[in-house]
Amino acid sequence: MAINFLYPDHEVVRNPQRCIACRVCERQCANEVHSYDEELNLMKADDTKCVNCHRCVSLCPTMALKIVKTDHTFKENANWTGETIKELYRQAGTGGVLLSSMGNPKPYPVYWDRLLINASQVTNPSIDPLREPMETRAYLGKKPERIERDQNGEIVNNLTPQLELNVPIMFSAMSYGSISYNAHESLARAARELGTLYNTGEGGLHEDFYEYSANTIVQVASGRFGVYKDYLNAGAAVEIKMGQGAKPGIGGHLPGQKIVGDVSRTRMIPEGSDAISPAPHHDIYSIEDLRQLVYSLKEATDYKKPVIVKIAAVHNVAAIASGVARSGADIIAIDGFRGGTGAAPTRIRDNVGIPIELALASVDQRLRDEGIRNNVSIVVGGSIRSSADVVKAIALGADAVYIATGALLALGCHLCRSCQTGKCNWGIATQEPELVKRLNPDVGSERLVNLVHAWEHEIKEIMGGMGINSIEALKGNRLMLRGIGLNEKELEILGVKYAGE
Amino acid sequence: MNIDAAGMHFKDLNEQIKAAGKEVVIDRCMGQRYIGSGLTGKDIVIHGTPGNALGAYLDGSTITVHGNAQDATGDTMNDGAIYITGSSGDATGYAMRGGKIFVNGDVGYRAGIHMKEYKEKSPVLVIGGAAGSFLGEYQAGGTIIVLGLERERPVGKFCGVGMHGGRIYLRCQAPPDDLSKRIIVEKAANEDMEIIETYVKEFCGIFGCDEKAVLDSSFYVLRPDSKNPYRQLYTQN
Repeated sequence: MAINFLYPDHEVVRNPQRCIACRVCERQCANEVHSYDEELNLMKADDTKCVNCHRCVSLCPTMALKIVKTDHTFKENANWTGETIKELYRQAGTGGVLLSSMGNPKPYPVYWDRLLINASQVTNPSIDPLREPMETRAYLGKKPERIERDQNGEIVNNLTPQLELNVPIMFSAMSYGSISYNAHESLARAARELGTLYNTGEGGLHEDFYEYSANTIVQVASGRFGVYKDYLNAGAAVEIKMGQGAKPGIGGHLPGQKIVGDVSRTRMIPEGSDAISPAPHHDIYSIEDLRQLVYSLKEATDYKKPVIVKIAAVHNVAAIASGVARSGADIIAIDGFRGGTGAAPTRIRDNVGIPIELALASVDQRLRDEGIRNNVSIVVGGSIRSSADVVKAIALGADAVYIATGALLALGCHLCRSCQTGKCNWGIATQEPELVKRLNPDVGSERLVNLVHAWEHEIKEIMGGMGINSIEALKGNRLMLRGIGLNEKELEILGVKYAGE
Repeated sequence: MNIDAAGMHFKDLNEQIKAAGKEVVIDRCMGQRYIGSGLTGKDIVIHGTPGNALGAYLDGSTITVHGNAQDATGDTMNDGAIYITGSSGDATGYAMRGGKIFVNGDVGYRAGIHMKEYKEKSPVLVIGGAAGSFLGEYQAGGTIIVLGLERERPVGKFCGVGMHGGRIYLRCQAPPDDLSKRIIVEKAANEDMEIIETYVKEFCGIFGCDEKAVLDSSFYVLRPDSKNPYRQLYTQN
């Protein structure tokens, strides 16, 4: 019907002089964009199906393909943009809630890009990390309030369980089901090699990955998928998911088409059945109730594992974090509104929550003001894009960061934001065996290790430049940051001075 | 082993239970939480009132409560059995994935919420009295039976909302009149009655009631109309 026609956002441009009609593009595209016309010996493309994932472009042996943004346009209108009009048409045609994936792409301010890092000159010598020792280790968990000694004056070990990270970067939660077996294997192997942790997300833990337990955070979410005693004890830590930056306040629905085979068994729900995570945990209506879940998990794991509580960055995040810090949780993870997702209602993703930079600064300050900062470690994510973001997060008060979108990019994700279709051509956000095998865990884990090693070196360089030789000395050291292009209120919340001050 | 739990902190009590042999009898239990959390191979008898999250993540033990239990009994339990001679609180059997819970009296709100099943592993929750509102909300699998013995109606409001798997059996003269349109309600068929009879027999064996009298009533079964309730909700963007 003409009224339902939407001109595609992207066009496949094929250079006929280069194309040899080898049909690689046709075989590689799960969206069935490319086809071969035998009579004309020509490749054709259906732009309406293209998600702009670059799989065909990357594998074309003659570089005959590129994807371009269409120049077809509505009459220019700063209020009714083409995107807004198209979304409205889609809803008028279907009556459906708009569903998107990956993080908020809207042009909200990115505060990381408005913070500048200090360096030493003359008075405080910088340090060369290639020659001098530099400490990037981080310990996550509650820190004791005081040193205790026995009657002989010997120090009593009163330290509760801690996570030890070689580098303050962890892979954040992505469930088996939303991403593939090979993606999970890549993350698990990379975490082990790097001396850090990956996170199962809420879909349970495949039995093949129990061997990576020392580098695994197991997640407990409202749907309780795959949660049982062995699972809880398989992790180095247990994370309670209260919220997610991409969709604060709502739950998740993994469509039944992704609940196949091992995903079904790992989640303990029938094949083909939607996996529904309710918006709230129905046993948690208060901080006291949260405390109950924290302690039931500690009881089930003999108090040997730190418990992480993950919340989305929302307006009252500082007050909420203050409650969480009193709930018995050892670590708070805060997920900013640019965090990724396998699927979220577009309107929620793009309009709910606040930037992680502001949330982190206000949480750290609030916990300090209340004298409870050492009750918990703070981990932030959503979104950390580079080593510079990591350094800025730590200077704002984080103990470590979570990365997920960045990790997926390392695995080959091209941010086409079509995860919800389950047809990921890069073998990441899919359960189709033919697509999953495109992601080789040997290559995937190596690329993740490369990425984190590169960031680690850059972090050392940046810290060295400031004359700082440990993450611990950088943590909460906001004097190492200056703002640029920020107003007074923003500077106040971030707790930083303006550049030149 | 007998433990006198009067005035004892839950942490001390649970340590003693874990350290004890298979058979544990707890006397004068008074609100201690997390009893039996994640335990395997125990036979625990409780006199008094255990606190919240009794038998959470239970992985193959038997817990018998001579009295009432509080909220989140059997939360996410995987295997084993919990018998309660009195009533049990809110979210009883939350996200159970295996094992059995039998409650002689009533249960609070949101019992059996998000129960699951996978192939032959299927949890069962049997309630002798009545259930509060939101029974079986988001139910993804498993079996809930409410007998409503000596109660006017077996369930509160919003029974089975968001249900997308499993089954709820209600012993009543007429099904609730406020059920979601997404729920198919029918009189229990013969194969349903076989399941019901099995668990009623077990129930009557445990709590001592007349099996024949309990079965001499009409039973209704509630099932979801789809295991993909949200498929139509979304538009790809």
